[in-house]
Amino acid sequence: MAFRQVSSPHAHGAQNTARLMQLVVWATIPGLIALTWHFGWGSFINVMLASITAVISEALILKMRRRPVGFYLGDYSAVVTAVLLGLALPPLCPWWVVVIGTVFSVVIAKQLFGGLGYNPFNPAMVGYVVVLISFPIEMTTWVTPLALLPDGITHPDFLESLKLVFFSTSPMDGVTGATPLDSFKHAAGLTVDQIYQQDSLFSQAMFAGVGWEWVNLGFLVGGIVLLGSRVFTWHGPVAMLVTLALMSLIFWDSGSSQSPGSPLMHLFSGASMMGAFFILTDPVSSAVSNRGRLIYGALIGILVYIIRAWGNYPDAVAFAILLANFTAPFIDNYTLPRTYGHTDRRKATERLEDK
Amino acid sequence: MSIVSISEVTKNGLWTNNPALVQLLGLCPLLAVTGTVVNALGLGLATMMVLIGSNIIVSLIRHHVSDAVRLPVFVIIIATFVTCAELIMKAFTYELYQILGIFIPLIVTNCAILGRAEAFASKQSVGMAALDGFMMGLGFLMVLVCLGAVRELLGQGTLLADMQLLLGPIANSWTLRPFGEGYSFLIAILPPGAFLVMGFLMAIKNAIDWQIKLKAEAHKPAPVKGAKRIRTTGHIS
Repeated sequence: MAFRQVSSPHAHGAQNTARLMQLVVWATIPGLIALTWHFGWGSFINVMLASITAVISEALILKMRRRPVGFYLGDYSAVVTAVLLGLALPPLCPWWVVVIGTVFSVVIAKQLFGGLGYNPFNPAMVGYVVVLISFPIEMTTWVTPLALLPDGITHPDFLESLKLVFFSTSPMDGVTGATPLDSFKHAAGLTVDQIYQQDSLFSQAMFAGVGWEWVNLGFLVGGIVLLGSRVFTWHGPVAMLVTLALMSLIFWDSGSSQSPGSPLMHLFSGASMMGAFFILTDPVSSAVSNRGRLIYGALIGILVYIIRAWGNYPDAVAFAILLANFTAPFIDNYTLPRTYGHTDRRKATERLEDK
Repeated sequence: MSIVSISEVTKNGLWTNNPALVQLLGLCPLLAVTGTVVNALGLGLATMMVLIGSNIIVSLIRHHVSDAVRLPVFVIIIATFVTCAELIMKAFTYELYQILGIFIPLIVTNCAILGRAEAFASKQSVGMAALDGFMMGLGFLMVLVCLGAVRELLGQGTLLADMQLLLGPIANSWTLRPFGEGYSFLIAILPPGAFLVMGFLMAIKNAIDWQIKLKAEAHKPAPVKGAKRIRTTGHIS
């Protein structure tokens, strides 16, 4: 009888990178369905186009870097980046916006920094911000939610959408409109009640904004599924959402014309839920300890609110997360957990001689 | 300091020790004003002029300035030439002068210039110092123009736009539009674009150096197997 000698660890989890990444992709489906239902086929096309672009560009750059292509493509990280970017981009935006954003994410934000695990910034958000800054018109043209379209008009069907994405030269007319966060940005001088009465985006909504509340609920459901399967811990998302709600409560100003909107509106508008559960939980670019994640999430919540309320852009999740990514190593330095067998916590930069 | 040859100085300035690509000196103007070719060319020429002038003067006075006060003296010499450059640009290319704004006076703080004064001009003959100033300036200018061209082309889809600001009415119709009207990719013109393009230029330079090194190694004769090592120390009786 032969004894096989194996070194530790002896207990293996069922998770590996590829399965985790696949799980994240599946968890975006409720959000994608909500987006497709309310805003037409645009987001679905974005996701597909971004995924194809991501896989091709990842394969090419891996080849250039002389790394094993199959091994790194098999971890699905490029697909996750592409799916998240595709969901973040406005539906029916021109194809080159999607392609440029994806190539930037995969090639520059991820592979040029050393590939998965070495990127200091969330690749999807880098790609998003690059196209947002570069193509302001295309990136701020959002489709009107289905419920608000005039009678007899619907979103373009799948083939029509493909045509719009690939061959349209001018931004669409007729089916585009403001998002809830846009409305608040541009309705200076109106009280919250007045905005809610005037804008059918709010008057026909259940609690936040037509369509957007469902999209955010979809991402919330997906996020809870991921939380349940322990893909990430609750600290980051909860810290971000609570801080965002607190900030909007503090500056709610009882709905005056200065108010940037209610907590419910902020939690269920724009990319709040997607950012909280799918972007800031990126294990590579976020803080690593639980305490660190609480601080990191809270920082993002504060930044999102500050930029939304007083900044130039209507939504801020991408900027807030990139800014917080900068701080993650610093947060990590001061929030390392106590190591087993030691009495004190230590700092990452601490040297033995200091003791 | 050892005697240097003309070819060595040339090669150093343009390639092996390029102030922008290798020493990474003077990055502030390099990144700030390279949105278009004409800005890059304007600032590059001004920097080159200052570099040549300061190198010559520093070399001329190198035996008469004590070590203790050399840096203030160098800075005053550089500042003098920068003022000259500024006045010249004000007189002949006023619009360009206004576009470049603060970055013309800021040439004083370009470390590449002080660096050459300290490391080269204060130890070499006047001729060599002038040549070094010219070559370093040219190396800097080339990188500036490359960056300007790439950023202008990517960012606003033009090449050589507004060259008349520097070269006069001759260049009125030089603007090229390879991508047609209405093209824009803002990030290339914004500061992040400068860093990105600069990074790619450095990567290309390193890749070329790498290829050259590989080629040189391939051509080197392989050591003969079994050959004895020549004894270089000791005395064999």
